[in-house]
Amino acid sequence: MTYTTHSEKETEDLGARFAANLPAGAVVALYGDLGCGKTAFVRGMARGMGIDCAVTSPTFTIVNEYDGPRPLFHFDMYRLGSADELFDIGWEDYLARGGVCSVEWSENVPGAFEGDEIAVRFEKTGDNDRKITIEGGPLC
Amino acid sequence: MKILAFESSCDETAAAVVEDGRKVLADEIFSQVALHEIYGGVVPEIAARSHLEVISLLADRALQKAGISRGDIDAVACTYAPGLIGAVLVGVNFAKSAALALGVPLIPVHHIRGHIAANYLAFPELEPPFLCLAISGGNTMLVDVRSYTDMRVLGRTRDDAAGECFDKSARVMGLGYPGGKPIDDLSKQGDDKAYDLPRPAVNDGNPYDMSFSGLKTAVVNIVHHAEQTGEELDKAGLAASLCRAVSESLVSRTMAAAEALGYAHVAVAGGVAANSRIRADFESACQKAGKTLYVPPLRLCGDNGAMIGAQAYYEFLAGHTAGSDLNAYATMEL
Ligand SMILES: Nc1ncnc2c1ncn2[C@@H]1O[C@H](COP(=O)(O)OP(=O)(O)O)[C@@H](O)[C@H]1O
Ligand SMILES: [Mg+2]
Repeated sequence: MTYTTHSEKETEDLGARFAANLPAGAVVALYGDLGCGKTAFVRGMARGMGIDCAVTSPTFTIVNEYDGPRPLFHFDMYRLGSADELFDIGWEDYLARGGVCSVEWSENVPGAFEGDEIAVRFEKTGDNDRKITIEGGPLC
Repeated sequence: MKILAFESSCDETAAAVVEDGRKVLADEIFSQVALHEIYGGVVPEIAARSHLEVISLLADRALQKAGISRGDIDAVACTYAPGLIGAVLVGVNFAKSAALALGVPLIPVHHIRGHIAANYLAFPELEPPFLCLAISGGNTMLVDVRSYTDMRVLGRTRDDAAGECFDKSARVMGLGYPGGKPIDDLSKQGDDKAYDLPRPAVNDGNPYDMSFSGLKTAVVNIVHHAEQTGEELDKAGLAASLCRAVSESLVSRTMAAAEALGYAHVAVAGGVAANSRIRADFESACQKAGKTLYVPPLRLCGDNGAMIGAQAYYEFLAGHTAGSDLNAYATMEL
């Protein structure tokens, strides 16, 4: 499904609707360039999952963990050179913990996914317009 | 009291010896930035591996520089959060073994508390309470330092850190990694009004919270528009406008908080404190408001071991030591 949003808030709201019905253990691979709204979308996801936490960019820490009814693991692969380094950040351990994993800069780690992930692609179509394509997962 | 301190949370591996929290006897740093430049970012595996390779070497060199032997060490300290987990673990485990082998206390230190403590090394007269703005690649927070170990975060970034904004802007401008220094250098030749950048505004809730993702996105848009229209990008002007926008949003909130708390002392800490525009703006704002400004010299602004040794002394006095079950954490509240 393709959605169009016209503000950061609309992107957050879409993320919230999307995550509300996500099964535990879901892996969400986010694709898109700097400033496309990936972090904004995940902020919405957290809200949709009933997590009451300030969601900030995980670029520096690589992964931020948020506790809630279903935990959310917010990854950012921006600074990773290749999928080889997934081992060092404990990727497999996180998968085994049964939370929802959302992954910014998934293009940097193609080897991380096994085909059952939900791909969310962000495209900037104007200064405040984003085309967001969700491949798989529940409708929102 | 002589503390052997380790820092390994990101790009730098460092070992230092600090006496009574204020006197640096040795401060050894090994920087991995060159290794990372080619990747356009920090690569955790490389980070962890080279931390491991150099840490014991640095420890020996620190003792040598300090002119002391292992038996003279009264405690061992390390950064235990936050940072790249694999990298932090290297320092934690090394410090644990060292403390165990020497039979001395082990003191875990929060990385940002260490950055704040860099001010104690640079300014012997500085004592809490004071206000501190901690700005680095991964953090942007305004901290009420009530005592050496009692701190309250007044405000923080809602999205990207200030240093992240510089790094990502530098990347789209083709300036390489890390982006803080090239942007700072370039900005000196530019007109800070060349581009009209948004002032990161946070309209709801906490007046001390900040936001930098809008600024990053504005820079991305400007660069893309220039590419599409074939118009030449005024890189120096963009760098200067960016420094001004970041600086204004940091300085205004910090000064407002200092005023509200009635603090006469304002400190800045962390790698982004090296930015010359931010330094200059703080200097004039503090002068105008009659407040004393503390900004550590460049070397102490970046990650280093001495700052960990400084904070460790005060953590020790407060009874904050750990056993050999100490763990490392990627994220942790101040
Ligand atoms: N329709 C939109 N959806 C999301 N963000 C938008 C939109 N329009 C403008 N923006 C701006 O784009 C930026 C997105 O930033 P962020 O979520 O950090 O992106 P990313 O994580 O992809 O780098 C924010 O500054 C936001 O205000
Ligand atoms: Mg992001």
